[in-house]
Amino acid sequence: MTTSTTPASPKAARRRLAWARRRQSFARSWAAYRAQRTGMIGLVLLGAIVVLALAAPVLIDESALSVTQATGGRMAPPSAEFPLGTDEVGRSILALTLWGSRLSLLIGLTATVVAIVIGTTVGVTSGHVGGWYGWFALRISDWFMVLPSLVVAIALLAVLGRSMGTTIVVIALVSWSGTTRLVRAQTLTVQSRPYLERARALGAGHWHQMTKHILPNVLPLVLASATLLVPSAILMESSLAWLGLGDPNVVSWGSILNRASDNGAVSAHAWWYLLPPGLAILLVVLAFMMCGRALEAVFNPRLRGEPS
Amino acid sequence: MTADSPTPVDGAAPAPSTGRRPGRSSSGFGRYLFKHVSGAAVSLLLVLFSSFFIFRLIAGDPIDQLTKERPVSPEERAALRAELGLDQPMWQQFWDYITGTLTMDLGDSFQYRRPIFDLIVERLPATILLSGTGMVLAVLLGFWIGTRTGWRQGSRFDRGHVATGLLLYSAPTFWLGMIVILVFARYLGIFPVNGMRSPSTPPEFWPQAADIAHHLVLPVLTYTAVVYAGYLMIMRSSILDEIGNDYLTTARAKGLRDDQVRDRHAVPNALLPTVTLVFLAIGGVVNGSIVTETVFSWPGLGSLFVQAIFYPDRPVLQALFVLFSASTILAVLAAEILYWFIDPRIRKS
Repeated sequence: MTTSTTPASPKAARRRLAWARRRQSFARSWAAYRAQRTGMIGLVLLGAIVVLALAAPVLIDESALSVTQATGGRMAPPSAEFPLGTDEVGRSILALTLWGSRLSLLIGLTATVVAIVIGTTVGVTSGHVGGWYGWFALRISDWFMVLPSLVVAIALLAVLGRSMGTTIVVIALVSWSGTTRLVRAQTLTVQSRPYLERARALGAGHWHQMTKHILPNVLPLVLASATLLVPSAILMESSLAWLGLGDPNVVSWGSILNRASDNGAVSAHAWWYLLPPGLAILLVVLAFMMCGRALEAVFNPRLRGEPS
Repeated sequence: MTADSPTPVDGAAPAPSTGRRPGRSSSGFGRYLFKHVSGAAVSLLLVLFSSFFIFRLIAGDPIDQLTKERPVSPEERAALRAELGLDQPMWQQFWDYITGTLTMDLGDSFQYRRPIFDLIVERLPATILLSGTGMVLAVLLGFWIGTRTGWRQGSRFDRGHVATGLLLYSAPTFWLGMIVILVFARYLGIFPVNGMRSPSTPPEFWPQAADIAHHLVLPVLTYTAVVYAGYLMIMRSSILDEIGNDYLTTARAKGLRDDQVRDRHAVPNALLPTVTLVFLAIGGVVNGSIVTETVFSWPGLGSLFVQAIFYPDRPVLQALFVLFSASTILAVLAAEILYWFIDPRIRKS
């Protein structure tokens, strides 16, 4: 990395150097990740699911979701025309499940991003700034941590109304605190290292210290915890939608199962109505968990179970 | 999805010894206790306040919801309003709520027109029966398997159990419940579909107990299946931390059998960090009981909460929100106090 040609400006050279270092560390992490079979299986599974979700409009026309244009029989078992059977108004379960993947993934990912952004911001600032602000932030995040998340989510959704936006906000609100705690602990560790003292001595401001020194050291951990937050967000979304608290105008895996139980799919022995959306949730959650656990092992070698 | 990553309790990090006398003294414990009890008290107060204001934001006039079915005269509305205490100014309602909650007078349910305290007393045993049995089973099963998988890390037994556990952990609780009902109650017909007792059972004690146990099997099965993997992973990683320690080599050198080394030496040490996690998982217990009770129409507090959301029965929501949150806050407090006694490192800080 030191073999780069003489730079035009010292700033550009510094940037190039930083990027070269980042590339190297990424390559190292990737090699460690690739060595883990479950992590790779999870990644391939996840890739396949994302491709299917993105390709849904190409594979099946959106009109298949329309209640009025449904062509199948009422809760008909799988047939040549409907490989996974139909729901109570005659829509194809295959089409519903495929289209449902888009919403379930979208809500899970967006809620995680929001939660991670809140959690990282509060974690880094409360660890770095400390004082009254740090104490207050810690109290609030602890409070969210001990409250039963589903109870809070149900209560907030009942108050805020049922829509995709509120679902995302509510899931993010009940899941940011774990990240905060993790990031705060890591911030405090980084904080005590000599290079931060050096930065301070050279006159670095709080913003510079936080973004240039603390954040890069915290991010790998955040990435691993984000990967494990997505499955819990997806499960939370499906539970809320199944309880009947989801956006009534869209199709997600949870809302399909909500309709299934409301329309007596269990007593009608309509296994084709229950299995596809549920298995879809299970697969996505499993894929994310496999990736997340592998990432955790990459960034935290102790978890690989090698005796120290 | 709680209890996934073993997060240490506040201040659990080994503190550098500062040369002060080791704080086994009562004053050290007093300070520790005060810190955590006051923290919990602040959390409880926050819950009490927010519960009052959150549910007041639910759109719509409660009187409209109460009288959906029939037309009512303005006089009737006013009477109803007075009966429910809704004609009082907001601060008066808030004061009544606070004093009422502290004296266990939780008001009347809109939906049942009965004191909420009676409703809770009536339904609490069902919830404790289901979640308690489920949690005990999940902890025992998770710890038992976790010990053995960690001890034989990388073996076929380990890989198989970790994979099974993760698979069940990934299944949505409500969906697993529906599938279990479909298979065991609908197709095989060996267990009841839902509820807690059948009306046809004779009223004597033993037939009733057997009937409830029969109804309990499927919900507990579902609940345990989803939750035990969390405990398995905790115990497994805790055992992995112990493996390779010198005291285990010593135990082996004494000539102990492998399972004796595991059960008498490794397990007691590995249990230490997991004990508090069992308490911390109480939040997950509440979440799980809400979903499981709803799938199986189990007459507990979780299904009452879900019913109340759709009515919406504001006093019931308020009371249950406080109850659920308070139980998790108190469980965490108990975990922190327990930690003082089982982990000597904390006394030095």
